[in-house]
Amino acid sequence: MKDTPNNQPDTMKKPAPEKGISRRKFFKYMGTGIATYFVWTDYLASEALFPGEDAQAAPDQLSSWIHVSETGAITVYTGKVEVGQNIRTSLTQVVAEELFVPVSAITLVMGDTQLTPYDRGTYGSLTTPQMAPILRKAAASLREILLQEARKEWNLGEVELTLEKGTVQHPGNGKKLGYGSLAKAKRLLQPMDENVKTIHPDKWKVSGTSVRKIKGEDFITGKHRYVSDKVLPDMVYGKVLRAPVYGAKLLRADTSRAAELPGVQVVKEGDFIGVTANNSRSAAMALAMIEAEWEKSPQVPGNQLFEHLEESAGNTDPVPAAVSDAFDNAATKVAHDFKVSYIAHVPLEPRAGLARWTGDQLEVWTGTQRPFGVQEELENTFSIPKEKIRVYMPDTGSGYGGKHTGEAGIEAAKLAKATGRPVKVNWTREEEFKWAYFRPAGLIRVKAALTGNRISSWEFHNFNSGGAGISSPYSGQNNYQEYHRSDSPLRQGSYRALASTANIFAIESIVNDLAGMVRTDPMQFRLDNLEDERLKAVIKAAAKSFDWKRKKAGTNHGFGMACAAVKGGFVATFAEVVVDPDSRELKVLSAVTAFECGAILNPRHLESQITGCVLQGLGGALFEAVEFNEGNVSNAFLSSYRVPRFKDVPEMKVVLVNRKDLPSSGAGEAPITCIAPAIRNAIDDAVGVKLYDLPMLPSGVVPRS
Amino acid sequence: MKISVNNKEYTVEVDGNPSLLEVLREQLDLTGTKYGCGEAACGACKVLVNGTPTPACITPVTSVQGKQVLTIEGLETEGKLHPVQQVFLEEDVFQCSYCAPGMIMTAVALVENQKAMGEQEIIDGMNGNICRCCTYPAIVKALHKLTQTETKG
Repeated sequence: MKDTPNNQPDTMKKPAPEKGISRRKFFKYMGTGIATYFVWTDYLASEALFPGEDAQAAPDQLSSWIHVSETGAITVYTGKVEVGQNIRTSLTQVVAEELFVPVSAITLVMGDTQLTPYDRGTYGSLTTPQMAPILRKAAASLREILLQEARKEWNLGEVELTLEKGTVQHPGNGKKLGYGSLAKAKRLLQPMDENVKTIHPDKWKVSGTSVRKIKGEDFITGKHRYVSDKVLPDMVYGKVLRAPVYGAKLLRADTSRAAELPGVQVVKEGDFIGVTANNSRSAAMALAMIEAEWEKSPQVPGNQLFEHLEESAGNTDPVPAAVSDAFDNAATKVAHDFKVSYIAHVPLEPRAGLARWTGDQLEVWTGTQRPFGVQEELENTFSIPKEKIRVYMPDTGSGYGGKHTGEAGIEAAKLAKATGRPVKVNWTREEEFKWAYFRPAGLIRVKAALTGNRISSWEFHNFNSGGAGISSPYSGQNNYQEYHRSDSPLRQGSYRALASTANIFAIESIVNDLAGMVRTDPMQFRLDNLEDERLKAVIKAAAKSFDWKRKKAGTNHGFGMACAAVKGGFVATFAEVVVDPDSRELKVLSAVTAFECGAILNPRHLESQITGCVLQGLGGALFEAVEFNEGNVSNAFLSSYRVPRFKDVPEMKVVLVNRKDLPSSGAGEAPITCIAPAIRNAIDDAVGVKLYDLPMLPSGVVPRS
Repeated sequence: MKISVNNKEYTVEVDGNPSLLEVLREQLDLTGTKYGCGEAACGACKVLVNGTPTPACITPVTSVQGKQVLTIEGLETEGKLHPVQQVFLEEDVFQCSYCAPGMIMTAVALVENQKAMGEQEIIDGMNGNICRCCTYPAIVKALHKLTQTETKG
C-alpha cells in the first residue's frame, strides 16, 4: 500500500514532521512501516531553568514518534536522555503496555539530535509527567492503526480484535497477523490521536511492575561505553589549559616546550589553549609544560559570601504591611537567617566529550542532559548551521542537574577542528569540581508568627539560591515570599530539585520551631496547618512506618520530621538521631521516607530514586560544602570534598504510596528535600540545639547549646 | 613490557610511566575500568591484582609486571556471569552504573575471601567505593543475599 490520501485521516490537523526529519524523508530514515508522531506545542508549559532560555518550544516541534518496521521491530524516538534515572526502562514499559509486546521488543532511541526530535532537556522531573503519557497515547494510537490495518486485511467491520505478543488475532478463525506483516511495504504516518483510549492503570500488566533496567547486563559487564570510554579511529586525547582561579585573564603563554614533545600538538585560539597527544598522560605532561601568566581580578573572599549575596541583591519589594503588622503584634514569633553553602554534583563520570569533523560536518558525543542545547552551543561556537551538527548522548554516568551544558564537547570540537583528527576530552575530577557549575549558595531570612496554633504571619526571603519550593504549603494568612537574584562569586546552575532543598530546609525548620514554641507535637502542628490531603497522607504513612509515638531508645536520642510537595511529588521524611553525650558526634540511626507521585510506573526504580535522593540529600545536609576563597576552590578532590559513603547510610525505609487514580509524576527530585530538615529537627529534639546552616555539621560534631 | 590481564599476555608501552588505568583504557581498550578521581578515593577504577582490589589510577603499570590483573571484562567464566554480577543484575541495584565495575571487582574480592558476612562486614569492605547515585542499601542487600545463599549452599 502506498502513502495515498486514503491513509490520511481527515482529522489530521497537526503538520507532518518538518524539523529534523521531513515527512518525505521520514520513511527513508525509518524504513517502510507504520508510525505515529506528535508535536510539543500542546504539551509544554514549564518554566525556563536558565536565564535567557526560551521557555516555549518552537511551535509544532515534534516531540517523539514510534515506528513499527516490517520485521515487527518497534522503535521509539525521544529526545529525552538516560543519566541513570532509568527512564529508558519506564518509558519502554509504557509503550510495551499499550502495544501488547514484551519490553524486549522495543528499542528506545534517545538524545541523538539527528534521529530524535527536539527536546529542551531532561530535567525538572518532566519526563514522567510529560513524556510518559504522550508516549502512552502514541503507542495506543499505533495500536489502533495496527488493528485497523488488520481489519482491512481480513475485510472485517468494526469488530473487536485482541492483541497478544505483537500479533493481532482473528476473532473467528484463530489466525494471527504479526505487526511486521501489517507494516509490510507501508508508509503510513499518522499523528497521535489525542482521544485514544489508553489502558486503565488498574489493568496495567507491564507498567507498574518492577521491570529491570534495560540493557542492565551491559552495565555490570563493563560493555556499555560511556562517552569517556568511546574511541574513534585515529583519535587523540585532548586537554585544555585552565586559569589558576576564577576570573583570571590570560596575559601570556609560552607553549614552545609543550609543542616539542613527540606526538603533541598545541592549539591556540585567543584565550583558548589546548593540547592533543596520543595518550592522556602525554597530553597532561604537555599541558603542565605550558608556562602561562595570568592576571587575577578581585574576587569575593569565602568568608564574606553571605554578606555578598545580600548586598549584591537587587531592590527588594516592600513587604506588605499586613504581614509585618501581624508579625509585630504576635505573641509567639520567630525570626532567623539560614545559610546554605555551594555544593557540587560530583557525577561519578566527569564531563567527557568526543568530536569528529568530516568536512564541514561535526559530530559530538557528550554526556549531557541537554543534547539539543549542546547542539545550539556548538552552532554558536562554530557559526555553522544546526543541520551540520550531530550530538549523540549515550547513556551517561549521572548528572543530577549538573550536566546541562556541553563544555567538554565544545572543547573536543575545537581541538578536533584545529588538529584535523577526532579528539576526546575527558575532564579530571579537579576540572569537574572547579569548572563545571555548583548548586547555588543562598541566604534565607524567615520571620514567622503564630496566633494560637495557626500561622498568622510568614515572611520569607531567599537571596541567590532560587525560587523553587519557596511557597510554603502551610495555610495561614499574611504570607510573603521573595527570591532575590544576587551576584554569585562561583559559577552556579541547576541541581536536583533546584532551590527546593534550601527553601524547604528553612520552611520545615521554622515550622518545627513554631510547633515547639506552642508545645505541640510537630507532626500534629503540621497536620493542623496543612490543607493538601496528598501531603497529609504521606506524613501519616511515614509516621506509621516510623512509629512516631514510640518511646525513644535513650537520652540524646531524637526524632524529627519534615514534609514537602515538590514538582507533583509528595514527600515526608522521618529521622532518628543520637548524639554522643561526650564526643557530641552525631549518628543518623534511621530515615523513613514516604513518597507519592501518582500512579507508580516501576516500584523498584522508584524506590531506588527515593533512596538515592535521601542519601544524596544527606551529604548536603551534614557535610558537603565547596570551600573557596577569592576565586580558588580549595577542596576540588574527592579526598577533600566528602560525599556520602556506605558507612554514612542510616537504616533506610521507603514507603511507596501508589495512587493509581492520579497521573504519574517524576521522582528524581522531590525526595531529596526533606532529609536535611528531618535530621535538623531530630537533633533539636535530642539535645535542644537548633541548626540553621547547610551543611549542618561539617565536622560531624553537634555544638553544645 | 609484558603484563597479564584477564589471563592474556599483552605488550604495553611504559614511556612516561603510565598508570595501570591509563594502560588498560587507552592501550588495551579495556574501558570497563573507570576513572573517577585519580587519587584512589572513589573505587571506580578498582581491579584485582593477584586477587587484591587495587586502585588502577594510582598504580604504575610497571608495578604489575609478573602479576595477574583481573578486570571487569575478565570476570565472566565460560560465558557465565560471576555470582556478584548475577546478584546485582537480579536485584537491579544500579542507576547510572558508572560505579558498577569498581563495585563489582571490590565485592568479588570481598566475597571470595570471606564467604559468610554480616551487613556490617559488607559495609566495611565496600566503604572505599562511591556510588554517587547512592544505591548503597541495594548493593548491601544484594551482597548480603549472595553471602547468605553461599553459606547455605
